[in-house]
Amino acid sequence: MITGTWPLIRLALRRDRIRLPIWLVLLVLIPSVTPPSFAALFPTDAARASYAAGLAANPALVSIQGPIYGTDLGALSAARVLTISAVLVALLSVLTVIRHTRAEEEAGRRELLGATVVGRHAGLAAALTIVVGCDVLVAAGVTAGFVGAGLPFAGSVAAGLALASAGVVFAAVAAVAAQLTESPRAATGIGLAALGATYVLRAAGDTGSAPWLSWVSPLGWPALVRPFTGERWWVLALAVAVAVALGAVAFALSARRDLAAGVLPARLGPAAASPALGGPLALAWRLQRGGLLGWTAGFVLAGAAFGGVAQGIEALLESSPDTIELLRQLAGGGDLVDVFLAAEFGILGLLASAFAITATLRLRSEETDGRAEVVLSTAVGRVRWASSHLLVALLGPTLALLGAGVAAGLVRGVAVGDVAGQVPRLVGGALAQVPAVWVLAGLALALFGVLPQWVVGAWGVLVTFLLFGQFGRLLQLPQWVLNLSPFTHLPRTLDGGDIAVAPLLWLLVVAAALVTVGLVGFRRRDAG
Amino acid sequence: MTVAESPIAVSGLTKSYGPTRALDGLDLEVSAGEVHGFLGPNGSGKSTTIRVLLGLLRADGGHTRLLGGDPWRDATTLHRRLAYVPGDVTLWPNLTGGEVIDMLGRMRGGLDRARRAALLERFDLDPRKKGRTYSKGNRQKVALVAALASDVELLLLDEPTSGLDPLMEEVFRSCVAEERRRGRTVLLSSHVLAEVEALCDRVSIIRDGRTVESGSLTDLRHLTRTSITAELASPPAGLDALPGVHDLAVEGSRVRCEVDAEALDGLLRRFTDHGVRSLVCRPPTLEQLFLRHYAQAEPEPAFR
Ligand SMILES: Nc1ncnc2c1ncn2[C@@H]1O[C@H](COP(=O)(O)OP(=O)(O)OP(=O)(O)O)[C@@H](O)[C@H]1O
Ligand SMILES: [Mg+2]
Repeated sequence: MITGTWPLIRLALRRDRIRLPIWLVLLVLIPSVTPPSFAALFPTDAARASYAAGLAANPALVSIQGPIYGTDLGALSAARVLTISAVLVALLSVLTVIRHTRAEEEAGRRELLGATVVGRHAGLAAALTIVVGCDVLVAAGVTAGFVGAGLPFAGSVAAGLALASAGVVFAAVAAVAAQLTESPRAATGIGLAALGATYVLRAAGDTGSAPWLSWVSPLGWPALVRPFTGERWWVLALAVAVAVALGAVAFALSARRDLAAGVLPARLGPAAASPALGGPLALAWRLQRGGLLGWTAGFVLAGAAFGGVAQGIEALLESSPDTIELLRQLAGGGDLVDVFLAAEFGILGLLASAFAITATLRLRSEETDGRAEVVLSTAVGRVRWASSHLLVALLGPTLALLGAGVAAGLVRGVAVGDVAGQVPRLVGGALAQVPAVWVLAGLALALFGVLPQWVVGAWGVLVTFLLFGQFGRLLQLPQWVLNLSPFTHLPRTLDGGDIAVAPLLWLLVVAAALVTVGLVGFRRRDAG
Repeated sequence: MTVAESPIAVSGLTKSYGPTRALDGLDLEVSAGEVHGFLGPNGSGKSTTIRVLLGLLRADGGHTRLLGGDPWRDATTLHRRLAYVPGDVTLWPNLTGGEVIDMLGRMRGGLDRARRAALLERFDLDPRKKGRTYSKGNRQKVALVAALASDVELLLLDEPTSGLDPLMEEVFRSCVAEERRRGRTVLLSSHVLAEVEALCDRVSIIRDGRTVESGSLTDLRHLTRTSITAELASPPAGLDALPGVHDLAVEGSRVRCEVDAEALDGLLRRFTDHGVRSLVCRPPTLEQLFLRHYAQAEPEPAFR
C-alpha cells in the first residue's frame, strides 16, 4: 500500500528544492535571532523583569504572542517566538501536505504515477514523511540556535520540539482535510480554517478567564510545554498522540475512497447557467465566493472574539491598579482596551492581505491551468478579465474587515451599553487597515502583469512586512526600513494617535499605481 | 459577408519563446468557407500559430490578418466572430458542463439554444456534471459544444478530437461537415489523417515553425509517388534507367516500385511492351505523404 513512497519523496523534494529550503531557513532564523536581540535590548535582570511584567500584563500582546512564564532570557525568547513560529510551522505543514497529495491528484499527475508501482497510500505517506522531516530539521535548527545563544540545553530542546510538534499535528490535520474534499483549494481552506480557529481559541485561553481553551488548541501547546521554565515534556507526547490519531484517520479515509474522489460525494449541478453567469465578473464571483464567505465568516468570528476578550481585559485591569499604570505608560495615554483592539485589527490586516493576495493570484492559476485561454478567446478583453478577479481581491478583504469591525463593535457595544458608539468606532478601526491591504493586492497584480513567473514574491513581501511589524523594533531596524511596509503608515484611529490623511492618500496612490502597472503589463505580455 | 480578404492570412510569422524559435517564417492562407487542415509533427508550432491568431501571444514578426483585422490589436472585437477549442481542455472544477457552455456562449456574444440542445444530444453529454468529474473526452465535448453552438463565422480547432472515441469522432465529422455547408470557415489542427482526409478542402503542413506544403489533397497527392506491383509476361530490363522510378525491386518477371506521378505514363508503356499479366496500382496513402513531410531529414537524396 505504501510501496513507491521513496521515489515519490524524491520527486517531491525535487519539485520543492527551492521552496522548502527558503521556508526552513526562515523558520530557523526567526527564533534563532531572538535571544541575542533580547540580550542586547535587556542586558540586566531588572530590565528583563520589568519587560516580562509589562508583557504579562498586556493582554493584547499575550493574545497575539502567547503567555510568558519567567523573566530570564530563555523565557522571554520562548514567549516571543513560540506561538508565532508555531503558526508558521503549521502553515508550512498544511500547504506542503495538500500540495503533494490532493493537488497532485487533481492535476492528474498522481494517476500517471499510480500506473507505475506506487501503492495507494504512497502519496500521503511521502507527503507526511517530508513534512515530519522538515519539522525535525526545524527542531534541530532552533535547538542549535538557542544553545548557540547560550540558553540552557533542556529548554532549547523543548522549544525546538514544541515547534516541531505543532508542525506534525497540522500535517495530520491537512492529511485528513486532503481526504475529505476533491479540490485542493477546499482542502487548503479546511486546513487554514483549523489553523485560524485554534489560534483564536488559544488567544482567548491565554488572555481570558478560561485557560482550558488553550489546552484544547494545538497552537496553545507549544507555549504550554513551558521551555526554560520547568519543561512539561508530556505536552509533547499529547501532541504526538493527537497527530498519530489524526494520521490514522487520514489513512483509513484514503483506503476507502477512489483516486481523485473525496469522501464527501460530488453532486450533479444545474444543466444550464443562471442568467447572471454571463461575464468575467460573474465567473470571478462564482469561483471566489466560497473563499470570500469563508474568510468573512472567520473575520466575523475573530472580531466577535476580540470584542468579547476586550471585556475580560477590563475586568482584569480593574483588579490591579499597578498594571493599569504600567500599561498606560506603554500605550502612551490611549484607552487600554482600544490599544488591545488596535493590535488585533493589525493582525487582521495582515490576514486580510493574505486573502487579497490569494484572490489576486487566482488570475495566475487560471492562466497556468489553461482556463484563462478559453475566456480570453471570447469577446472578453484582458483588462476586463483581470479586473474581475482584482475587484474580488479589493472588495472581499474590505468586506471581511467590515464584518470583523461590526462584530467587535456589537459585542463590545452590548457589553458597555453603547452599541451606537462602539460599532462605528471599531468599524473605523478595522477599515483603517484597508489601504495597506490594497497595496498588497496591487503588488500581486503588478507581479502578475509584469513578472508572472515571480508572483510568489507577493507572499515573500507580505511575510517580510509581517516580520517588520512583529520583530522590527526588536531587531532595531532603522525607521526607513520599517517605513517600507504599508502597515507602518496606517492611521491609528483607535489607540489615540493622530489620524493623518496624507499617508492614507499616499497608500491609495501607490495601490492605484501598482494596479495600473499590472494591467498595462498584462495587456502587453503573452498570455497562457 | 463581403470577402475582401481571406479570413486567415499569415505570412512570414515568427515567434520565439526565449531561446526556442517556435515559428520561423510561417505562411498560412485560409479562404472563406473552407475547412483547412493544419498539420505538422509534435512541437512544430500549430498551437503557437493558433494562439497568435487568438491574440494570446504577440507575434515577433511577420504579417498576420484575421477576419480583416489585427489579431493582437482588435482581439476583443474579432473574438465575437470566432470560437476556439483548445487541444487540452481544462474546466472549472465546480462549474457544470452546461454552465460552462452557456457562459462561454454569452461571452462570445450569443448561443443558439436549439443547436446547443441538439449538440448535447448528439455528443451524448450530460451537462449537469461538475467540471472535475468529466473524463478527458467529455471535457473536450464541452468545449466543442460551446464552440459549435455559437453564432460565429470562424472556428479555430486545435486537435479537437484528441480523446474522443470513434463514435464521437464520427459525430464530430458530421458536425464539421454541417458547419461547412452553413458557410463557416474552419481551421482544424489534427494528427488524425483520416479525419483530415474526410473533412478538409485544403491542408497546410508545417515543420519546425515553417510551412513546407500547402494545397488541396489532390495537389499534394500529385506531388508524391504511386506504388506499383506488376506481374509481366517476361523479365523486364532497363527499368532502373527510367527517370522518376524509385525503390525498384525485380524478381524474375515480378516488379515492385514507386513512381513519380509524371513518370507513370512512361513506365506503363514499358510494361505493356513486355505484356502485363497483373497490375496492382496503389495511390499514395496520406500516411506516406505526411511521413515524407514530417520526417526530420529530407528523404530525397537517400533514394536517388
Ligand atoms: N510556453 C512555452 N514556453 C516555451 N516553449 C514553448 C511554449 N509553448 C510551446 N513551446 C515550444 O514551441 C514549439 C511549438 O510548440 P506548439 O505547442 O506550437 O507545437 P504543436 O505543433 O502544437 O505541437 P503538438 O502537435 O504536440 O500539439 C515547441 O518546440 C514547444 O516546445
Ligand atoms: Mg499543439
